[in-house]
Amino acid sequence: MIRRILFAAVAVGLVACAAYAAFYVAPEERTMGAIQRIFYLHASSAWAGETTFFFCFVANLLYIWRRKPQYDWLGVTCAEVGVAFITVVLLTGPIWAKPVWGIWWTWDARLTSTFVLWILYICYLLLRTLLDEPERRALLSALFGVFAFIDVPIVFGAIRWWRTQHPAPVIMGGEGSGLDPVMRKVFFFNVLAMHILALFLIAERYLLEKSKHDAELLRREAEAR
Amino acid sequence: MALLSNAAVLLGKEVRTEFRSRELLSTTVVFVLIVVVVFSFTFDPTTTESRRFGPGLLWMAFLFAASLMLQPCFLREQVNDTLGALRLAVEDPFAVFLAKIAANTVFLLFTELVMLPVFAALFNVSFGSQLPGVLLTFLLGSLGISIVGTALAAISAQARMRELLLPLLLLPLLTPILVVSTEVTIRLMQPEPYLEWKGIGLMAAFDAVFLTVLWLFGEYLLEE
Amino acid sequence: MPAAPERPIGVQFDQVEKRYGAVYALRNLTLGIAAGECVAIAGRNGSGKTTLLRVAAQLVRPGTGTVAYSGASEVRRPKIGFVGHATMVYDELTAEENLRFFARLLGVRNPGKHVGELLREVALEDRKDSLVRTFSRGMRQRVAIARALLASPSLLLFDEPGTGLDKESSAWLTEQLRRLRDSGCTILMSLHGESETARLATRAIRLETGSVVADTRRGAMFQSIFSAPGC
Repeated sequence: MIRRILFAAVAVGLVACAAYAAFYVAPEERTMGAIQRIFYLHASSAWAGETTFFFCFVANLLYIWRRKPQYDWLGVTCAEVGVAFITVVLLTGPIWAKPVWGIWWTWDARLTSTFVLWILYICYLLLRTLLDEPERRALLSALFGVFAFIDVPIVFGAIRWWRTQHPAPVIMGGEGSGLDPVMRKVFFFNVLAMHILALFLIAERYLLEKSKHDAELLRREAEAR
Repeated sequence: MALLSNAAVLLGKEVRTEFRSRELLSTTVVFVLIVVVVFSFTFDPTTTESRRFGPGLLWMAFLFAASLMLQPCFLREQVNDTLGALRLAVEDPFAVFLAKIAANTVFLLFTELVMLPVFAALFNVSFGSQLPGVLLTFLLGSLGISIVGTALAAISAQARMRELLLPLLLLPLLTPILVVSTEVTIRLMQPEPYLEWKGIGLMAAFDAVFLTVLWLFGEYLLEE
Repeated sequence: MPAAPERPIGVQFDQVEKRYGAVYALRNLTLGIAAGECVAIAGRNGSGKTTLLRVAAQLVRPGTGTVAYSGASEVRRPKIGFVGHATMVYDELTAEENLRFFARLLGVRNPGKHVGELLREVALEDRKDSLVRTFSRGMRQRVAIARALLASPSLLLFDEPGTGLDKESSAWLTEQLRRLRDSGCTILMSLHGESETARLATRAIRLETGSVVADTRRGAMFQSIFSAPGC
């Protein structure tokens, strides 16, 4: 219990520091002004979300190979946490776009691909609700998860090629490239904070899934008596 | 090789069954036609507009039709547990997928080729000089739809709300096919048409990747 | 006779478990079946008979535990004939088309001749060109058995084969099973109650909630296995 509280404190603390850095430490961007600061949240959430989905993919593969329920718990956990982070990305994108470009949405390659990514993992979660039997659910959603994750780079590639045919404003003018050194430090600090937050959320959600399973076991044992 | 000969026998059965009843093909063709007509009410079908929106609408119609056409793929194997019989009879379960993918690709292609002249007439576009390119695009696109669709049909057959689930899972996964095939088809329909080889390459890559994934994991899709 | 197996095989279940959600279909099941044995499996509905047979057929993958086959060269992929609750043939094909289809998949040599012989054996020769959809329950069972016998299996599994059969078909079924038993094939059949068919068995076991609770090999009485309440 102490460990969990400590972990929560560290995660929240880091995020708070990162937010502070984003608002007060990083210099103001020349052309876009203050609104550009949302980039730190937007891009770091994207990285954290993508990392989480990678963990989901690994968990899916491990489940298919080993069939241990723990891998299934990890899979659904990472999918949910990943969807949460990508939701942040999809919300902060338009918030950034509106003042800067005057439009809520632009069919920017990265944003569009991220949207498809988000939908794919929502489908993963939806699929799980439609499969009743636990082992079936674990196996089939793991298989779908593998398909979805492998599709992601292809989606990015295809949409990026599509965008080269129909150029449109680019929201994230390449983070990391041409970034002021202080900005870069603040950005990577935000990335770290988001990853720690992701890890914390994954741990908590995993424990929840494990408790559900343990409760189910206890209930069954009680019924058997 | 046993895998290919098994797949050939299975494919023969799929095709024979379909041509006996023809219900799947006829309903699919009519559905695509209806979708194309209804969708075309949403924009002004003059030639320039048709060239811009037409291909997208055509591929959307194919995707929707496929997501319905693929439903019975594994559902009909549940009726008398013939899937169990197939699993007992066949050494490599991938043969089942190969056969169903081939059959579904053939059925989709058939539908697309029937639609092509109708589409050309309705929207006043001509494909004449680009026919080989069009065929290649249709082939690779249909293959992609079939590969992913057959795999997902195996999944949705085991879930609730399967009629809604299959299109739900299929459409996001097939985004690359939709995007790329539309682009390639647009290029084939413009005043100076040409075959966009980069797009063809992307589609072929998609097909190859997912066929490989299915080869690696297919047997688990059929597990009980 | 096409049904004669090349070499019968034995089946060994070792601590097999299969769960469906909260329900254990098979629980800690350890059972050895020798080659050539004809075993009747008794048990209530839900005792795990169907799951046991499907695990033996490699249709269902056990959660834990192993199933091993012994006594034949093709031990990893044994030739198994399975007759389940469903007919496992295509309604929209004729009897002959179904059998030819499966025969070709199984790599049976001379499929046409073999199928013809089988159809004669199961007395469906005159209906071979009719769609299975038009068949009665008894006729469907005969097609199912013909399908199971196609590749001269080393192991035959029957899941409540007598269900829904009239007296005549039932007698025919018993006769078929007797012939198969006498030809030396290993047979596992799940049955509901004591019957002519059950009496063919050289051994009987009883399943309850997924485990073996009685076995004639371990001294249980044949009668008692079938006359237990609810059987």
